[in-house]
Amino acid sequence: MAIRLDIVTAEQLVFSDDVDIVVAPGIDGELAILPRHAPLMTMLQPGELRVRKGGEETFMAITGGFLEVRPDRITILADAAERAEDIDAARAEEAKRRAEERLRGTLSETDMARAEAALRRSLLRLRVAEKRRRRRSEL
Amino acid sequence: MANIRLIRRRIRGVQSTAKITRAMEMIATSKMRRAQEAGVAGRPYDEKIRQVISALAALPQSGGAPHPLLQRRPVVKIAVVHITSDRGLCGGLNSNINRTTASFILEQKVPVTVITVGRKGSEFMRRVGRDVRAEFTRLGDRPSLLDTLPISRIVIDDYSSGLVDMVYLAYARFVTTMTQTPVLEQLLPVEPAEMPAMQNVEYIYEPGPEAVLGELLPRFVEMEVYHAVLESIASEQSARMVAMRNATESAHELIDDLTLLYNKARQESITTELLDITGGAAALK
Repeated sequence: MAIRLDIVTAEQLVFSDDVDIVVAPGIDGELAILPRHAPLMTMLQPGELRVRKGGEETFMAITGGFLEVRPDRITILADAAERAEDIDAARAEEAKRRAEERLRGTLSETDMARAEAALRRSLLRLRVAEKRRRRRSEL
Repeated sequence: MANIRLIRRRIRGVQSTAKITRAMEMIATSKMRRAQEAGVAGRPYDEKIRQVISALAALPQSGGAPHPLLQRRPVVKIAVVHITSDRGLCGGLNSNINRTTASFILEQKVPVTVITVGRKGSEFMRRVGRDVRAEFTRLGDRPSLLDTLPISRIVIDDYSSGLVDMVYLAYARFVTTMTQTPVLEQLLPVEPAEMPAMQNVEYIYEPGPEAVLGELLPRFVEMEVYHAVLESIASEQSARMVAMRNATESAHELIDDLTLLYNKARQESITTELLDITGGAAALK
């Protein structure tokens, strides 16, 4: 048995397929959703999203949003979502370096928060991209 | 003859203008298609977020005050987000939006402040001496949601802090390639749509309905602003496409008329020359 999963951002439909299980970074901790889950609406925190279909697993980096479970489908309203294979590791690395550099300087409170958020995002993207690479070398 | 040279130069000038307007038409066509696609791509997100908001708003309130963005207050000050294009050469598009907003402002009994997006609108508002709260220009042809966030930020902040009690969005709605209508819509307070009774599913909310609603509402406003910007870009490009097509057609008409004039003048000069020659030959006999 499978359940429909749509991942949408304000700009595009990122993912749409029938899947077996979704593991998402919920606001109160990671949660796994299988078909026939009770209707649920939860906030997501920035983190890693795992989707399994058949024997195949897809990793995605997600920077927060919402997850809705209905009897027939799961919808994720993501602020931004990127598939592991689409993540440009070099760019993420560069962003991480920039954010770290900015954090070393003196900053106003909002700039500090912004730089920290940027750092968190780049670390997350790197982690997800890394996972993807490891899996490929195992195969 | 000087006259003939003059006409020929004129024809060449009009021809090169026609080439430019033709190129602009084609560019506008492809940009319009892209803007339309971007608008369509965001639709599922938009629909979902509306659905969830109306579901949440329909829930019995748990005593506390409604979320700030849902709160209706006596209106003491209004803000209008006035969205126009940065560039001209798109027919009457910008003047139509300017007129719509201006007449709206004049009808109000309370002060109205303006947030302009796009150079054309901000120039207009400055010219007529309106109170401009903020102006945004150079969003480009393909803005991302991120690019429009500063606009929604200022709207949300001003509304939450009580600086304004109502916010409208003014932009050109894309109806068809041929028609774009200026519209003025209420953005804040958010008015949740009525829920169709059948869709009422009992949800588990994490961490809780209020928290989810509180996170959703700002995103809804961001989305609406983003959408209005995309729509206005699609309108701008299609208006430009039509304007440029008309310009190209007029140029071709003008070239036809001028060519006729040129041929007439040329023929006339040949006739006079021939007359001169035959006259001269006759005189030699």
